[in-house]
Amino acid sequence: MGLFMDQVNDRLQRRWNLSGTFWLTSLLWIVTLICGQSATGSVAFAQDAESEQRVVWHAYRGAEEKALKKLVESWNEEHPSQPFKLLFIPYEVYASKVDNDIPRGNGPDVFISAHERIGQWAASSLIEPWPVDSLQGYHPKTLDAVKYQQKSWGVPLAYKSLVLFYHRKFVKQPPESVEEMLEVAQRVTDAPAGRYGLVYEAANFYMHAPWLTAFGGEVFDKEGKFALNSPEVAASYAFAEDLVLTRKIVPEDASGSLVTHLFNSGDAAFAINGPWFLGELDKDLDFGMVPLPPLAKTGLPASPFLTVDAAFVSARSTHKEDARQFALYISNHDSSLIRAREGLQPVATLSVYDDPEIQKMGQLMTFRKQLDHTLPMPNRPEMNAVWEPANQALRQVLRGSVEPAMALKQAEQRYGFYTKPAPEEQPMTPLLIGVALLLLALAATTVMKFRDGSLWAEMKANKPAYLYLAPAAVGMILLIVAPFVVGSMVSLFAHHNGEFTYVGLTHFLNILLSREYGLTDPLSFYFTLAVTVAWTAVNVFFHVSIGLGLALLLREPWVRLRGFYRVLLIIPWAIPNYITALIWKGMFHKQFGAINGLLVALGLEPVSWFSQFSTAFAANVATNTWLGFPFMMVVILGALQAIPRDLEQAAEVDGASWWQRMRHVVFPLLKPSLVPAVILGTVWTFNMFNIIYLVSGGEPDGATEILISESYKWAFTRQQQYGYAAAYAVLIFFVLLAYSAVTGQLKLDD
Amino acid sequence: MRTVSLPKVMLTHAALIGACAVVLYPVLWVIKMALSPSQAFSMSPNPIPTEVTLQNFVHLFTMQDGLLWRQLLNSIIVSGATTLIGVILASTAAYAFSRFRFPGRTLGMAGFLITQMFPGVVMAIPLYILLDKLGLLNSLTGLILVYSTSSLPFCVWMLKGYFDTIPRDLEEAAVMDGASQWLIFTQIMLPLARPAMVVTALFSFMTAWNEFILAATFLTDDKMFTIPIVLQRFVGDYSTQWGYFAAGAILVSLPVMGLFFKLQKYLIGGLTAGAVKG
Repeated sequence: MGLFMDQVNDRLQRRWNLSGTFWLTSLLWIVTLICGQSATGSVAFAQDAESEQRVVWHAYRGAEEKALKKLVESWNEEHPSQPFKLLFIPYEVYASKVDNDIPRGNGPDVFISAHERIGQWAASSLIEPWPVDSLQGYHPKTLDAVKYQQKSWGVPLAYKSLVLFYHRKFVKQPPESVEEMLEVAQRVTDAPAGRYGLVYEAANFYMHAPWLTAFGGEVFDKEGKFALNSPEVAASYAFAEDLVLTRKIVPEDASGSLVTHLFNSGDAAFAINGPWFLGELDKDLDFGMVPLPPLAKTGLPASPFLTVDAAFVSARSTHKEDARQFALYISNHDSSLIRAREGLQPVATLSVYDDPEIQKMGQLMTFRKQLDHTLPMPNRPEMNAVWEPANQALRQVLRGSVEPAMALKQAEQRYGFYTKPAPEEQPMTPLLIGVALLLLALAATTVMKFRDGSLWAEMKANKPAYLYLAPAAVGMILLIVAPFVVGSMVSLFAHHNGEFTYVGLTHFLNILLSREYGLTDPLSFYFTLAVTVAWTAVNVFFHVSIGLGLALLLREPWVRLRGFYRVLLIIPWAIPNYITALIWKGMFHKQFGAINGLLVALGLEPVSWFSQFSTAFAANVATNTWLGFPFMMVVILGALQAIPRDLEQAAEVDGASWWQRMRHVVFPLLKPSLVPAVILGTVWTFNMFNIIYLVSGGEPDGATEILISESYKWAFTRQQQYGYAAAYAVLIFFVLLAYSAVTGQLKLDD
Repeated sequence: MRTVSLPKVMLTHAALIGACAVVLYPVLWVIKMALSPSQAFSMSPNPIPTEVTLQNFVHLFTMQDGLLWRQLLNSIIVSGATTLIGVILASTAAYAFSRFRFPGRTLGMAGFLITQMFPGVVMAIPLYILLDKLGLLNSLTGLILVYSTSSLPFCVWMLKGYFDTIPRDLEEAAVMDGASQWLIFTQIMLPLARPAMVVTALFSFMTAWNEFILAATFLTDDKMFTIPIVLQRFVGDYSTQWGYFAAGAILVSLPVMGLFFKLQKYLIGGLTAGAVKG
């Protein structure tokens, strides 16, 4: 009797407790949702209360931000019923937030941004045009910049361009021509000692633009066709090659950081750089600034690209008239004066430069003089597809590996790939029939499985398991599976300026049949796949072996300061990798990096890390190994705790060698926790995008790109071909799925 | 305890010191930049700070009218809640996978793994739309939900693997003593799996703590920002304010190191050995 009651009690209790678990976890979801609702509720409420609140987005910092804040405050004082609120959006996500938030009605009323995306925004109807001739009093170049297809799209606020900086200790009189400048530069140069006549980022197309224009080249011709494949541009590329490779006046592989470093330390006579450079220069540096001199040989000015910061009115703003007034307000004479005087901004409003106080600001006046000789950055949507080919050609030439004319011919070909017209639209019926058949088959198999009732009975018997599992499963399906399914549907569409057309499996066929590129072209799917597999295998091997080695050392009780070592060793995991990856990149610099310094100290030859595939790949792997081993170490430290030490000690007493103990005692017991970490580590490394992006940047010639970084490039730097990029992502998924199915890891168990 | 030979001790320490040196060498530049009055990226071969000033740290806390405290709190709330939800959901799911044999189990486990293979690039926009529909855009809750599910698969697999190594005798004994399933789960399994719980907790925390892209996509109001978005503020169109960024990077990594320092005793002081012996 008592036994029976106990059983009943036990069952009752179990039932309650099991549903208890279920409810507890479900409750957790509900509570978070409710908190969320109330939190957003309060936000929504706040929005209601401030529904008259208009929003401005900007990405300014420091003095520029302060000046803008001041203008918003004074606007709000003058227009208490139409207040504007200033929101800072980080530059990294600025463009994607504009693209995402505005069409869905979550965007700002006004946003301040560089003008170069105007073409794309106008084509996707994100911004409002301005009535013809409503914008007056701005420098004509800045008005040119905001014009697209005969309409003006933004109010010019300020502009940025390159100018010439010089050290007074080397340069007594600013040069009258490029030739004169190079003469002085040649005298100062002592390359082996790390001293250069001229420093600028020679391999960056943006920085190259002054030479391009000085030789008479252009980016697009009158009809808007790609015009880089021309003798003039080739001459400018050859000129840069001469500066870097033959005369060695300009350092190789100069990053922005190296330019700053050399100029600050007095190891450079001239620097070509923009207004942001002023914020990086040491306070007591004795330098001067002048507009870039013309090239005497051609008689043409060296015109850098001009980028105009403009105020744009969102096409979805509910306060368009206020937004227009606000945009004009922050660009009127008084406001511009404040932005120039306090924000140190080269402003677009011409009358400001008549102000005697502004005329005394030498740096600002230099930018003003340069403005007359600038090339407004083309704002056509196709400009987005110019950067990658143009930069790649420039790097090839500066490595001395390809002749300028040849490199530019290839660049034109690449540009053609990136801007090719979208595939033909296809009927959607096959897709719908396919989906219907799939659902039918799914329903049929389900019915078949449940027909005899035994499966149902078995499921019922395991009810607790489902209850334990349910909360996690619901979350996964809702927040991961569903978005992925929806997102991968994009791969069946082609995207062009905000419009999607259904193209069926065209992207997949193009990619898999490698229709456009040879198999060994870095743009080919199979080439990139091979690189990705090698990248993943090498990384995971190093992560696990280093992690395991350190974990085995760190668990020994006789090792003193274990806790101390452990905390130090997880630092690479703890510090944001954006900065550490760039430090590694700096360590791999050919002339100034610590790694070559070490090689030279050991009597070896310095290596040009990013000019060949093998060494660029090795640099990526080294960085990612450094970043990734701490995670494996922590996982293994935890997993090692499942192994009773006495078991190992017993084996040791029995005379088992270290390797035998590892093989027969440690590894088998480690496996259950280690294998998932290895599989997931593999999957993550396969999709590890930012190390490639930050360290090698795909160099040389896109060869070290992996599949995910290719996908990103198609989505963001090659005409926003979201469909093509999504097809890459879906293929990545299938590759990983096939890999785990083939190796049997999906069934990994017991 | 047997004595360990001196060469072995020396070699072990040499290896560990070597590893620490490799780990710390690049970090020295981060420290140097954080303490330097300049905003330039340090390219000098010498990683030892030449000038020391705390102005970068001061700037972090005084810029945007001291909003950093609020944003730090946001980050702590988001990471803390992600960890809590992640670990709770993962441990129940892992328990089901480890201790029950139910129809759909293999499929379910494979499913968790497969979700990790979805490249994030295609998911950001659908998630944005979903959160928009749920009214969770620009809220910390939306971010917590997304983070905790994205860290779940690893946590589930890690915990399931660890649960598998815990001998069933303990539970059988407990069942004999009349303990309920719930009791077994909470009183026996969870404490025994502490090392794995610590690893999953740390992992969930880190997933949320350093994430930038999704956070910046979903959040627009600076009062809602998490710390990684604030750090990204220093990365500009043409130039990065490295002094501020490095100071921020150090600030961000300190809580993680502190957390790890606190948690590592559970990671090391495993309980199974004693329990199984008994």
